[in-house]
Amino acid sequence: MDHFSNPKNMGELRDANGIGEVGNPRCGDLMTVYVKIKEGVVEDISFKTLGCVAAIATSDMICEMARGKKIEDTLNITFQDLVDELGSLPSIKVHCADLAQKGLKKAIDDYQKEK
Amino acid sequence: MKITNKKMKNKKRIYLDNASTTKTDKSVLREMIPYFEKKYGNPSSIHSFGQEARIAIDDSREKIANFLNCNPEEVVFTGSATEANNIFIQGILDLHKNSHVITSAIEHDSVLETVKNSGADYTVLSVDKDGFIDPEELKREVKEETVLISIMYANNEIGTIEPIEKISKIIEKLNQKKERRIYFHTDAVQAAGYLDCNIKKLKVDGLTMSGHKIYGPKGIGVLYKKNDIKINPIIFGGGQENGIRSGTYNTPSIVGMAKAVDLIKEKRKKKETEDLRDYLIKEVLKIEDSFLNGPEKERLPNNANFSFRGVEGESIVMFLDQRNISLSTGSACSSRTLEPSHVLRAIGLDNLQAHSSVRVSLGRDTTKKDLDYFIQNIKEAVKKLRKISGR
Repeated sequence: MDHFSNPKNMGELRDANGIGEVGNPRCGDLMTVYVKIKEGVVEDISFKTLGCVAAIATSDMICEMARGKKIEDTLNITFQDLVDELGSLPSIKVHCADLAQKGLKKAIDDYQKEK
Repeated sequence: MKITNKKMKNKKRIYLDNASTTKTDKSVLREMIPYFEKKYGNPSSIHSFGQEARIAIDDSREKIANFLNCNPEEVVFTGSATEANNIFIQGILDLHKNSHVITSAIEHDSVLETVKNSGADYTVLSVDKDGFIDPEELKREVKEETVLISIMYANNEIGTIEPIEKISKIIEKLNQKKERRIYFHTDAVQAAGYLDCNIKKLKVDGLTMSGHKIYGPKGIGVLYKKNDIKINPIIFGGGQENGIRSGTYNTPSIVGMAKAVDLIKEKRKKKETEDLRDYLIKEVLKIEDSFLNGPEKERLPNNANFSFRGVEGESIVMFLDQRNISLSTGSACSSRTLEPSHVLRAIGLDNLQAHSSVRVSLGRDTTKKDLDYFIQNIKEAVKKLRKISGR
C-alpha cells in the first residue's frame, strides 16, 4: 500500500539512457520505465504509470528491486518476485507485475540497442 | 491493515456509493426484527404462527401496490432484483419460443446477460453520448417476432433517465398493428428511490425494484407483473407467488422492503439531493481536464460520474478510501473484471477515458460538508496521480 501512497521512484529520469514504454489497453494501464545504466549496472531508475493501485505499486517496487543491480540480474527479476516482495497481489492484478517486468526489460533493450 | 482499522474508528467515514447499496433505515430494521424473533412462522402454515406471518406478507404486498398504484396480486416478491429481471425476461421468452427481444446497451448485466443467454434473437439499442436511447431506432428495430422490450428506467452508472412513458406509448401503438403483442419491462432499481413509479402512468407490463437500493434490506426484490400476463416459471418448488417464484417467504425482508417503500415519499428529499449534486458537479468540473459522463438534465438526483485525464478511476477510489471516503469506479462490479464499463463504452468513451471514471452517488444523509471534504480530496488525488502518470 505504501508503494501506492508514497511512491519514491516516480517521474522522468533526465539523463536516462534507456526508456521502455509498455501498455495494456484492455485494463487501461500505461507504464514508462526510465533507466540510467553505467558499466553494466542500473545506476538509477524511475517510472511514470497511468494505472490502478497495483500497477503503480509494482512500478515503484521494480525500481527499488532493480536499482544498483547488474543488468543480467535485473532481467532475472520475474513477476513472481515482484508479487512476493509486495506481499500479495490479487490474482486479477498479477498482470500488473508482469507489465512492470516487461517495462524494465524494454528499457534495458532500448539501452542495449542505443549502445 | 490493522492500522487502517484503527484510523477508521477515529474518523468519520463518508459514504458516496449509495447506488451500490444503501444502509438499512433504522425504522426498517425495527419493523423486521419481530419476524425473526417472535413471528417466525412460515406464512404457508395454517396455524397461528403461520397466519400472523401471512398477514404481514399481505400487508406488505398492499403497501408496495399502493406505491406502484397497482393491484396487490401484481406484486411478486423475489430474492433480488437480478432474480426479478431473470424471472420476467426468461419467463416471457420461455413461453414465446422463437421470439425477438429488444434491450439497450446500458442495461444492468442482469438484463443484458439474461437476454444474451436466452437463446432468443435480440437487438441491443445504441445510446447517444448522454445515454439516451432513440425511440425512433426502437420503432425501426421491432419485428413481427418481437415479444419483449426491456429498457431501464434510470441508469446505475451515469444516471440517465430513459423516457419510459414515451416508449410505452410507442409500444401501445405498435401493438395495435401486431399479431404478437410486445411486453414492456423496465428495470427501476435505481429509479425507485427518486422517480415516479406509478404503473398507470408508466404503462409497463413488468417492473423491477430492489430493497437494498432504497434503504431496505439486501436479498429482496420486487417484480411488478401485470395481471393478464402469463410467464413460465424458472424456479420450481412449492408454488409460492402464484407459482412464479417458489421458495419460502422471506418474511422479515418482505416486511422490510414494504417499510422502505413506505418511507420513500417522506424521506427522498429529491430537490435537496439535486441541488447538492449540481453543486458537486460544478465544483469537480473546476479540475482541469475533467468531464461529466451522462446528461446534465434528466439525470438521477443522486448520481454524478466523472472522468479525469491521466488518472485511473480505481487509483482515485483507493486514494480516497485512505481518506475515509467511499465511492466507486464506473460500476461497483468493475473491480472484478479488467474490462472497462460497457455503459461508458456505449456512450462513446474510449478505453482510457472509461478507465478514468468514478461514480459519486449521494444518499439521504449526505451533507454539503461531506461534499466539500470530498471535493478537496479528489482535487488532491487527481493532482497526485497525474504526477505519477506524467500525463
